[in-house]
Amino acid sequence: MNDALPLEESPLRSIDSVEYGLSEAGYIANRQISTAIYMAHHLQKPILVEGPAGVGKTELAKSVASWLKLPLIRMQCYEGLDESKALYEWKYGKQLLYTQILKDKINSVIGDADDLGTALDKLHAFGNVFFSHQFLEPRPLLRSLQEPRGSVLLIDEIDKSDQEFEAFLLEILSDYQVTIPEIGTVSAMVPPIVLLTSNATRDLGDALKRRCLHLHIGFPDDKLEAKIIGSRVPGIDARLLKQLVSFAQQLRGMDLKKVPSVSETIDWAKIMMLLHTSVLEVDLVRDTLNVLLKFEADIEAAGKQLAGLTHKARQDAGIA
Amino acid sequence: MMSAPASEPLRRFLQVARGAGLRVSAAEGIDAARAVDLIGYADRTILKDTLGLLLAKTPDEKAAYEEVFDLYFKRDEFAGDKPDDRDGSADPDQNEASSPSNGEGGDGMGGQVGQSLGSLLSSDDRATLATAMEQAAREAGIENIRFFTQKNLYARRILDRMGLRALERDVEAMRQTGTPEGLGRAQFLEGKVDQLRDAVRDFVERNLILYAKGETEKFREELLKSARLSNLERRDLDRMRLLVRQMAKKLAARYAKTRRRRLRGQLDTRRTLRRNMGWGGIPFITVWKQKRIEKPRVMVLCDVSGSVAAMAQFLLMFVYSINEALSDIRSFAFAGSLIEVSDILEKEPVEEAITKIMSLIGFGSSNYGNSFADFEDGWMKHVTNKTTVIILGDARGNRTDPRTDVIGRLSQRSKRIIWLNPEYRSAWGTGDSDMYRYAPFCNLVTVCSTLRHLERAISDILEDAA
Repeated sequence: MNDALPLEESPLRSIDSVEYGLSEAGYIANRQISTAIYMAHHLQKPILVEGPAGVGKTELAKSVASWLKLPLIRMQCYEGLDESKALYEWKYGKQLLYTQILKDKINSVIGDADDLGTALDKLHAFGNVFFSHQFLEPRPLLRSLQEPRGSVLLIDEIDKSDQEFEAFLLEILSDYQVTIPEIGTVSAMVPPIVLLTSNATRDLGDALKRRCLHLHIGFPDDKLEAKIIGSRVPGIDARLLKQLVSFAQQLRGMDLKKVPSVSETIDWAKIMMLLHTSVLEVDLVRDTLNVLLKFEADIEAAGKQLAGLTHKARQDAGIA
Repeated sequence: MMSAPASEPLRRFLQVARGAGLRVSAAEGIDAARAVDLIGYADRTILKDTLGLLLAKTPDEKAAYEEVFDLYFKRDEFAGDKPDDRDGSADPDQNEASSPSNGEGGDGMGGQVGQSLGSLLSSDDRATLATAMEQAAREAGIENIRFFTQKNLYARRILDRMGLRALERDVEAMRQTGTPEGLGRAQFLEGKVDQLRDAVRDFVERNLILYAKGETEKFREELLKSARLSNLERRDLDRMRLLVRQMAKKLAARYAKTRRRRLRGQLDTRRTLRRNMGWGGIPFITVWKQKRIEKPRVMVLCDVSGSVAAMAQFLLMFVYSINEALSDIRSFAFAGSLIEVSDILEKEPVEEAITKIMSLIGFGSSNYGNSFADFEDGWMKHVTNKTTVIILGDARGNRTDPRTDVIGRLSQRSKRIIWLNPEYRSAWGTGDSDMYRYAPFCNLVTVCSTLRHLERAISDILEDAA
């Protein structure tokens, strides 16, 4: 994607420059994440990103795309996704329409043919008119291969797709090419940076895993989380930020059905900004708890300990 | 670039990683070599992150990887350092050698090869000694060690390569001289040699852990999968539970979704027309009728009397670990009589639930007829033509009435009855076993005494749930 640039100027020249570039794009990456992006580019391998929901898996792909100024091509996986939706489809309608329009023209092409054989030969001379690129509707996978400057391809929630589809992906993941029977093999002009995300609802096949770098993103520690929220909610009061992070981290330590994710903490921080809060109060927390926790049972469980949690959060932020 | 040869330390690390149970393919090895070419060995944290991305692909593997990386590269660091660096914490020789008196310096006498070892020992140069040991170990092919029975063999080989034999000859010669210094010196050196032996044995043991842990565990697990569950040793129980979870998770992942099976040759006219509306209803794409495959409803009847209790525990554990692939599980335990235990099993972790169930219905002698009658009275009405009934038991009712009539009615109401019998087939029908009387009413009667049997039986149940 940056082959035109000499290596020293490439934004992917070192792990540090990756980390810096991502932070410019608003994504606070830890060392492991930037190492993964760096390696993905230099080894030309896709990255399989796993981790709990809401830790920024999808966000990572978006940030990489905006940082490298490449188009982001996203493909959401679901049960029953197949190649006609993921790779390409023939424009049947257009094909039909064109056959109708061109019916009359046929005569002028083969008009002077004496017998069937000559007519056929003449037709053959035109090649596969109807099965050519003009009649091909590229879907996400093919589009990402055809981008002249390269692209960031995000295959989201690969674990939601069927096993057959996973096998189908292997060719594109290892060689950055796909085979279309009527046309032949289409190779990438510039290999895209591929990110696959998974919430581990099912175990992925070994073949797929072997072709990918495996990056596990967990919940960030308090310092990193504070940095992330700081970059996503600009202008937030430092003390409030500390309290929010401490509170969220405490919730993650509890035995809950679903612990709050980073994106939920960000939402919460935005709300606190809107409400002009600077110090967490138990009542306020209780009223806004449904932003962080999405299950009634969790809200109930945390509700009982709100006073303690809030107090600890304030202490961590240095408020008596 | 593809053919970048894996450097020696990396090659050995890959071997160690495989030993620790990471599945590192050759292709991944090549990738690792390319990655190392790119970043070098200088920064260990980057190296760790990088190889971690390439080699470890599950949380379990990540943990194993981190452990083995630290273990291996700590060791490697020491070997790479020069002897003047004395703080090497991986130096096995340090602890042992530092305690005894090391005042008397002097030179080893006699022997050419022994000279170096003797002088090394007496000069107490621990770092050089450890380097010599590493060197000798490499020559002895320590990375091929696999079993704990090989420990002495490798220790001996290492000591030989370090020149122990010559030293022993020298010590013997000193003893022969009979002079006080000679004897004293011999005694001193013998003490040192003992320490060296301990150090080497220690070293070999650590290497055994490094190189063979994964394989030993794999071996053990394979063994356990086909071991009879009734005579398990207590220390294996935890591992067995883990295995059951793994197997169950695999099965559940395979069958968790409601599946559809395409019916051959039956066109779904409505959906075909809908699909092809774009080109005027000309059916370019055909859609076939599909049949939904439902998740099975399961009722499990477990004999928990002494003879079958061990098996019952694993069956229940298995069934409850795959609950995402089943739509509704109800479980019952019986010995002299029968009770429903679904509640207990849903609320508590299986291990505790089992103990509780045992205390409730206990280790009485089994009465199949009575228990089945209990079932008919209480729960027969919940059995529908979608229910799969799994009965686990040896069918030994202590010569009580088997009540095959109940099983007959059950077989009419239910979708099918599967009987798992932990006894060998040859024992069926002998003594008080009523197996062959029940068999005609069951859709499947099968031996089930090991984890493998269990896995196969459950997978069959899920397989033809259609």
